[in-house]
Amino acid sequence: MKQYTLATNSGEITYTDRKRYLWLASLFYALFPFVGIGAHALSGNELWLALPLFIAYGMGPVLDWWLGEDENNPPEEIVPLLEEDPYYRTLTMLTVPLHFASLLGAAYWAGTQNLSWWGVLLLAVSAGIANGLGINTGHELGHKKTQLERNLAKIVLAVPAYGHFCIEHNRGHHRDVATPEDPASSRMGESIYKFARREIPGAFRRAWAVEDERLTRKGLSVWSWENEILQSYAVTFAVQISLIAAFGWIMLPFLAIHNFLAWWQLTSANYVEHYGLLRQKEASGRYERCQPHHSWNSNHKYTNLVLFHLERHSDHHAHPTRRYQSLRNFEDVPRLPNGYNGMFPLAYVPPLWFKVMDPRLLALPHIDGDITKVNVDPDEKERLYEKYAPAAGSDGGAENEAEELTNEAA
Amino acid sequence: MGKVFQCPDCGYQYDEDLGDEHEGYAPGTAFESLSDDFVCPDCSVRYKEDFEEVAS
Ligand SMILES: [Zn+2]
Repeated sequence: MKQYTLATNSGEITYTDRKRYLWLASLFYALFPFVGIGAHALSGNELWLALPLFIAYGMGPVLDWWLGEDENNPPEEIVPLLEEDPYYRTLTMLTVPLHFASLLGAAYWAGTQNLSWWGVLLLAVSAGIANGLGINTGHELGHKKTQLERNLAKIVLAVPAYGHFCIEHNRGHHRDVATPEDPASSRMGESIYKFARREIPGAFRRAWAVEDERLTRKGLSVWSWENEILQSYAVTFAVQISLIAAFGWIMLPFLAIHNFLAWWQLTSANYVEHYGLLRQKEASGRYERCQPHHSWNSNHKYTNLVLFHLERHSDHHAHPTRRYQSLRNFEDVPRLPNGYNGMFPLAYVPPLWFKVMDPRLLALPHIDGDITKVNVDPDEKERLYEKYAPAAGSDGGAENEAEELTNEAA
Repeated sequence: MGKVFQCPDCGYQYDEDLGDEHEGYAPGTAFESLSDDFVCPDCSVRYKEDFEEVAS
């Protein structure tokens, strides 16, 4: 396996990336609707089309629990060498055509096999989940500085019809993260269903506002072809119209479900990544710079391999242009109890999510039981302030834990 | 000769002589004249006042 070596004043530093070849798995995940299609083709039983869902939400959380966490970091001095290595970026770029393949493959199967309605639904859902990972690939590519990677980001985001993502995310979310102003940061007491109704339209509006501002500075109309959102939408339009032309009207519900499911993956990721976390306002009126404790993290091995280290989210927000292979684990950052594939289904059952996450949020060292340091849903504020008031007594685990931490600190 | 300012996080450089075509800043646009809301076009996590002047 490739070893990186750097001579420094204090001796030679060597580093071997043990995940180097495991990252190849990302190529498989882009294609995972074909696992269901293949099993259906072999067995003739449409139920096998559910296999990708079982892999994602059945196997994923179990593998994260079983394989555990990886806290291994590359030494800071080695990071420039890792960043230069073309192997890693080749993988992200290779997944781009694979996302098109999984959409076309699933559409072909849905359009030609006379499936039952639920067979088409299973195909649309599994292709949507796979191409939600396409948004993740677009995320990794869109943060980079090379024109090639930026263009590929726009292209892969066209698969799930989410071309406004890069602008919204890089220029909007990263600037406003963990503030009440950010539609892509969830608030304490806000269910994922309520969050989605704020996040999906809010992200769309912010992307267009940011791009309009840039084009206005250039003296161009927002309807100019230089509008990078429109460029990506044009690819979406061409691909999805062609699918309707080729496979008929069944493609309308198929594509609608596929696109929505991909967006829903992003909504889910946004929901778990900053839940309740809040940057404080400084005297100048600016929010404090985004700190490592403004993101939830997971070091779980399996889902981090599927998601290009997205779950090492604090380092990503500290250094957004850093490549996935160099993202580091930090000590003392907010940690999720499982990887995203386990946390998403938890979020889909809001009472369970609140039960697991609210005490965890309040117990964070920088919050220390003080709910005024939490990004709280204004509609839930009165109820939650009453429930978690520091003096409210000892009827909940969160207060106890937080109080214990306070006592220890004192 | 214009000045060059660099993002301390990601290394993005704003060269006043070149401006930034993609962002809509014409060549010769002084860094000083950029909006106070200016954030680094590459990483978005450093504000205008964080930028450091570097030798051009
Ligand atoms: Zn920067």
